[in-house]
Amino acid sequence: MQALNLDYMLGLVPILLGYLPLTLGMAAAGMVCALILSCALAVIRVSRLPVLNQAAQVFISFFRGTPLLVQLFLFYYGLPQFLSFLVSINGVTATIMGLTLHFSAYMAESIRAAITGIDRSQTEAAQSIGMTNAQTMRRIILPQATRVATPTLMNYFIDMIKSTSLAFTLGVTELMGATQKEAASSFLYFEAFLVVAVIYWIIVEALSWCQKRLEKRLNRAYQR
Amino acid sequence: MIALKGITKRFGEHTVLDGIDLSLERGEIIVVIGPSGTGKSTLLRCINFLERPDAGQLKVGDLSVDAARAKNEDILGLRRRTAFVFQNYALFAHKTALENIAERMIVVEGLSKNDAHARAREILERIGLADKADAYPAALSGGQQQRIGIGRAMAAKAEVILFDEPTSALDPEWVEEVLALMKQLAAEQQTMIVVTHEMQFAREVADRVVFMDGGRIVEQAPPSELFTNPKDERTRSFLRKVLAGNAPAAT
Repeated sequence: MQALNLDYMLGLVPILLGYLPLTLGMAAAGMVCALILSCALAVIRVSRLPVLNQAAQVFISFFRGTPLLVQLFLFYYGLPQFLSFLVSINGVTATIMGLTLHFSAYMAESIRAAITGIDRSQTEAAQSIGMTNAQTMRRIILPQATRVATPTLMNYFIDMIKSTSLAFTLGVTELMGATQKEAASSFLYFEAFLVVAVIYWIIVEALSWCQKRLEKRLNRAYQR
Repeated sequence: MIALKGITKRFGEHTVLDGIDLSLERGEIIVVIGPSGTGKSTLLRCINFLERPDAGQLKVGDLSVDAARAKNEDILGLRRRTAFVFQNYALFAHKTALENIAERMIVVEGLSKNDAHARAREILERIGLADKADAYPAALSGGQQQRIGIGRAMAAKAEVILFDEPTSALDPEWVEEVLALMKQLAAEQQTMIVVTHEMQFAREVADRVVFMDGGRIVEQAPPSELFTNPKDERTRSFLRKVLAGNAPAAT
């Protein structure tokens, strides 16, 4: 058994960190888009808007029911066959699109659960003082639902960061893609993938720490 | 000033309100009593369309609404002319006492946050909770929460405040402070309709007591008359039951 090549591992760190902005950028863009889309889906589901509600249900069912990798291939390799304007789609855009659609399906369900979990009497109280449905949603329900949904949404964000590694299957050289290339030229597969695993791990740990701080802040109103 | 005519509400086959007629003058205080499940709360909830009446006319202040044809703007109009106090307080859990009271002024009246908070502070003074301005509902006792609930209703400067069993969910130790605040409002000539089981409150404060049974108003009279000389047998039987429970133990 040979020893780990520590020098190689240390040298790899700065090289791989250079790809971190792309990885985090894709995750951040995906998260922002997914938040907007999932809030819209959740509100459609909760208010049972005709037609849109059924469409949302099919959307959620499809994107939860199929693997993310399959969805990415479908967008990147499949769709341009029919939609010619997608021929020029690059791997980064396709990844962000895929992450958005895939995760918004999951997030919509947890946001919906958070909304329906808010005591119905608060909705009535808001209505009784003459607030419109939109005002009630924006000022009373969503702020409270946000607090309930935050831990779950943070978990999805963490999951999304890890899922950006699938972009390498679309030819994107992000953190995972770069590691793969380095490993292929050095043949030090174990070292290379161990380094990238530790990088992902540290990012996730840092985010979990932020998550705890955030939850504490959001729970301020509920301390007795 | 407030007039209900033929208010009817059905839940499926069951008729909860069977053509209610009721009118109030400005400053009048009406207490609605009656057995559980006779539609007292539903009547209140129909006045601001938390329940949509199936038929009937409502007039609150300068607004007349035909229930069967009510549009969104009618419903908002009714809600902006009335205020509601809930049995379970229904405070906004993510807002402080001050913010709960100021919310309507900011969102509905369009006041600036500063002006709204200043006015909300005045209301907190009046309800004796100035020191709780920054407390969240979870940190308040039931009695304090309900007083904030009443403060929120006061902030509406509504034509009428509708009280839906405001003390029923309270531990006995908090009932008095809430009733005291309601008496204070009554003394200020606030028009109100109160659904309650507090007979003593009805006796002391009501201008008129309305007895409901089976979705109808059976009889209505000033408390001195209704409590001492009820005309209908159903009223007599109801009063016998509740007053027997309230009477001091015989020695």
